[in-house]
Amino acid sequence: MNLDEDQPILEVDAVTRYYGERRGCEDVSFEVYPGEVIAVVGESGSGKSTLLNVLSTELEPTSGDVRFRLRDGRMWSLFEMSEAERRLLMRTDWGFVRQDPAQGLRMSVSAGANVGERLMAVGERHFGRLRAAATDWLTRVEIPGDRIDDAPRTFSGGMRQRLQIARNLVSSPRLVFMDEPTGGLDVSVQARLLDLLRGLVDELGLSAIIVTHDLAVARLLSHRILVMRDGHVIEAGLTDQVLDDPQAPYTQLLVASVLQV
Amino acid sequence: MAEPAIILENVSKSFVLHLMGGTRLDIVRDVSFAVPPASCTVLGGPSGAGKSSLIKMIYGNYRVDSGRICVRTGDGMVDIAAAAPRTILRLRQRTIGYVSQFLRVIPRVSALDIVASHGLGEADVNRDRAVALLRHLSVPERLWALPPATFSGGEQQRVNIACGFMAEKPVLLLDEPTASLDQRNREAVVELIEQRKAAGSAIIAIFHDQSLRDRLADDVIDVARHAAVSVSAHGG
Repeated sequence: MNLDEDQPILEVDAVTRYYGERRGCEDVSFEVYPGEVIAVVGESGSGKSTLLNVLSTELEPTSGDVRFRLRDGRMWSLFEMSEAERRLLMRTDWGFVRQDPAQGLRMSVSAGANVGERLMAVGERHFGRLRAAATDWLTRVEIPGDRIDDAPRTFSGGMRQRLQIARNLVSSPRLVFMDEPTGGLDVSVQARLLDLLRGLVDELGLSAIIVTHDLAVARLLSHRILVMRDGHVIEAGLTDQVLDDPQAPYTQLLVASVLQV
Repeated sequence: MAEPAIILENVSKSFVLHLMGGTRLDIVRDVSFAVPPASCTVLGGPSGAGKSSLIKMIYGNYRVDSGRICVRTGDGMVDIAAAAPRTILRLRQRTIGYVSQFLRVIPRVSALDIVASHGLGEADVNRDRAVALLRHLSVPERLWALPPATFSGGEQQRVNIACGFMAEKPVLLLDEPTASLDQRNREAVVELIEQRKAAGSAIIAIFHDQSLRDRLADDVIDVARHAAVSVSAHGG
């Protein structure tokens, strides 16, 4: 992380989202700096997925604002952009790695086409360059090059998740949202994916917001943690500080509930 | 004497254990001392006196309830007790080195890469220094390419020490760095500490070994524990 960069890339300002009477998340504020990885932890129903969906503009907030720093340095309110501008942002500056790779991949087209799609969206048409970029990214996520023409439905769960990561990172996004990126994978497959993510985040200087219920994932990948419960952020701070010296009763319960091996 | 590199002022901390009916453990109370550059201050006191906790507070790993922990940086004194997370990360990157009691193992990353990742230089410089440190600490070369998860306690601790001595930082925190080492490796660590002291680092250390304390300490602070366990009235 570039610790001298003092301008946030994302500002989340009192974001609240209700579903009718029911609270999704309420009054959530924080900033993300370039190269910073934020983990949002909490149990099912804590509001962490609602928050992620608002930040990534898939849901409109009931109130509050989210501002993103464009490449030219201007801070823009996401919900003041046009739909087309937001979509362009999603395809270029942002990535979204979903828990279920089938939702983030096109399952019936080849692995190479999955990786190349975002490059084509920003105007790359040269077949040789697209194929070279796809091959490079498959290698980086440890998928053998000879699988480039296979569709992801022939891949294992771990491979699909790695392909989804390649598909998202190929366009050099500046901010990546991840929703339980290791959920549903076997433990050994998780370890490999986590190590891969850790290396890529470091090397590319990515900013990321990772929603996870797994505190080990948060410890390994994030600089800062937000702990959510009932739609509110109840504790936030440096990841190791929150995990090693939790203050809120609920955070203490979460930390104490992790099995040691 | 030179201006202190670290100043602790009336530092206090307790843990409130909400899962234990709000039991309150007073860890340290009103600890004050200062450490000048090029010196070694040893934290003394019986086991459970809060020595390790105090080191963790200086590293920003534990929160401080009251008091100040000021560390000298290029931009002046910074109070860790009140610093933002990014400021603490910046201090850790540039100013404060730390050798903890245990190595936190990362799956699939080799011992050599873990050590090299703690350097502040170019990749090949870091690698050379990592190699030199692992060699100095007698970590067998056949282990360098392996993740330390399967290493013995002493081997893991030596990898951990190598990490802590990669970057030359003005402040160095050592939590029982020699606890699981034999005589020869203990001497190798003492040599590293003496080098760092001579190079100007302000060192705060915990040694269980009295002879090491006698050899290395310029000052000994008794982290006396003031209050025992008390149960708060508003538990839960």
